[in-house]
Amino acid sequence: MSLQDAVLKGERLAVSRLLTAVENDTAEGQAALNELFVHTGKAHLIGITGAPGTGKSSLVNQIALHYRKAATPLNIAIVAVDPSSPFTGGAVLGDRVRMRELSGDSGVFIRSMATRGSLGGLATATAGMTQVLDAAGFDVILIETVGAGQSEVEVAKLAHTVLVVDVPGLGDDVQAIKAGILEIADILVLNKADRPGVEAAERALLGMLKLGHPTKHLVQHHGKLEEVLAPAEAVTDDWLIPIRRTVATDGEGLPELLEVMGKHKAHLQHTGDWQRRERARLHTQLQDLVQHSLMTEWRGRVTDAQYTQALDKLVARELSPRQALQTLL
Amino acid sequence: MPEKKIRVLVGKPGLDGHDRGAKVIARALRDAGMEVIYTGLRQTPEMIAEAALQEDVDAVGLSILSGAHLTLVPRIIELIRANGQDDVRIFVGGIIPDEDVPKLRELGVDGVYGPGSPTHAIIDDIRKLIQPAS
Repeated sequence: MSLQDAVLKGERLAVSRLLTAVENDTAEGQAALNELFVHTGKAHLIGITGAPGTGKSSLVNQIALHYRKAATPLNIAIVAVDPSSPFTGGAVLGDRVRMRELSGDSGVFIRSMATRGSLGGLATATAGMTQVLDAAGFDVILIETVGAGQSEVEVAKLAHTVLVVDVPGLGDDVQAIKAGILEIADILVLNKADRPGVEAAERALLGMLKLGHPTKHLVQHHGKLEEVLAPAEAVTDDWLIPIRRTVATDGEGLPELLEVMGKHKAHLQHTGDWQRRERARLHTQLQDLVQHSLMTEWRGRVTDAQYTQALDKLVARELSPRQALQTLL
Repeated sequence: MPEKKIRVLVGKPGLDGHDRGAKVIARALRDAGMEVIYTGLRQTPEMIAEAALQEDVDAVGLSILSGAHLTLVPRIIELIRANGQDDVRIFVGGIIPDEDVPKLRELGVDGVYGPGSPTHAIIDDIRKLIQPAS
């Protein structure tokens, strides 16, 4: 039986080996993905991102546990990304430490991966690896990014639903309106909600959402929060980003979070955004492949000596960066 | 450009609660350019074998300070082989009496490291035994 047939049957060793082949971008991995691609597009891809230490891994653990406890349990795959050292290329992948409750469940598959030099919060191979898991029949794929700062937003191009995890005490309302990671949220999760400062953190996030959305406002009126709706013609089918409080260490708030995740999926399907995100995702992947293959082709054409010569002239200020480029194209 | 990395699972089976040694090894392997999957404390043999399968590792390093190595190690090797991972290398570190080392070797352990073992010796052994997966 070929590797891809075994993957379609959900054989775990085959899935695991193909994930490695795809991660290493081997010919075997590429060929299997070509065969499997037609079987992908079914899974709900959910991205979980946020600053280091906000509790992403614990939250992923709880989300998976709750999906498994549901009346009709879903099969869950988890792809957890941690950074590679920029100096040695090595990595310590520690997300499993928080997911021990999931072991022994044959409906769960956890795979750790290192960024291997990619910026943006994911690795180059993450997209391909989610396709393997999708073809293997997992209903939900949870993608946990590296601890993200303000611009690691790649996950928004890969996932259908993006959870951005924030915690009390990380920043004020100006942090909340800066461009970047909060912008990619479909759902904001305020984790560690048993900590002091949770009210202020939620207010800052709510304030950001209020500035961003034209149709629905919460206003402070004589000290009371009131919801004001815009005129009917301004009301659109837009998704209003919800905020959910959780305590991932004990599962508090998880049923409410899962409910709103389900609503987001229904919203995507109902508005056609599911297909639009699918298209945007494949567009990104195609662009990456084009870039990658042009780079490889160019690397094959230009010798190291040519490159070094151009760099030397650049360092000596004989050429500008753009002039140096011209000598290499 | 395909990139190949040696992937190592560092696991702490059994009930002892000291993982400083495991963390030192994890860090040293990282600095040697390997990808280390760390599982945390108090893992059952089943949990370690399952993680080794899902992570498709080239090697499993077990840190055992409790004296239960002759119970835990054979069980873990048995489970890993039953999963079809015939080529995964097994390394054991911790408090292992000298007379137990040949027994572990016989069970299929590729290297045993006691206190004071230089980390570069472990790294060299792993590199010697494993060509990065293709």
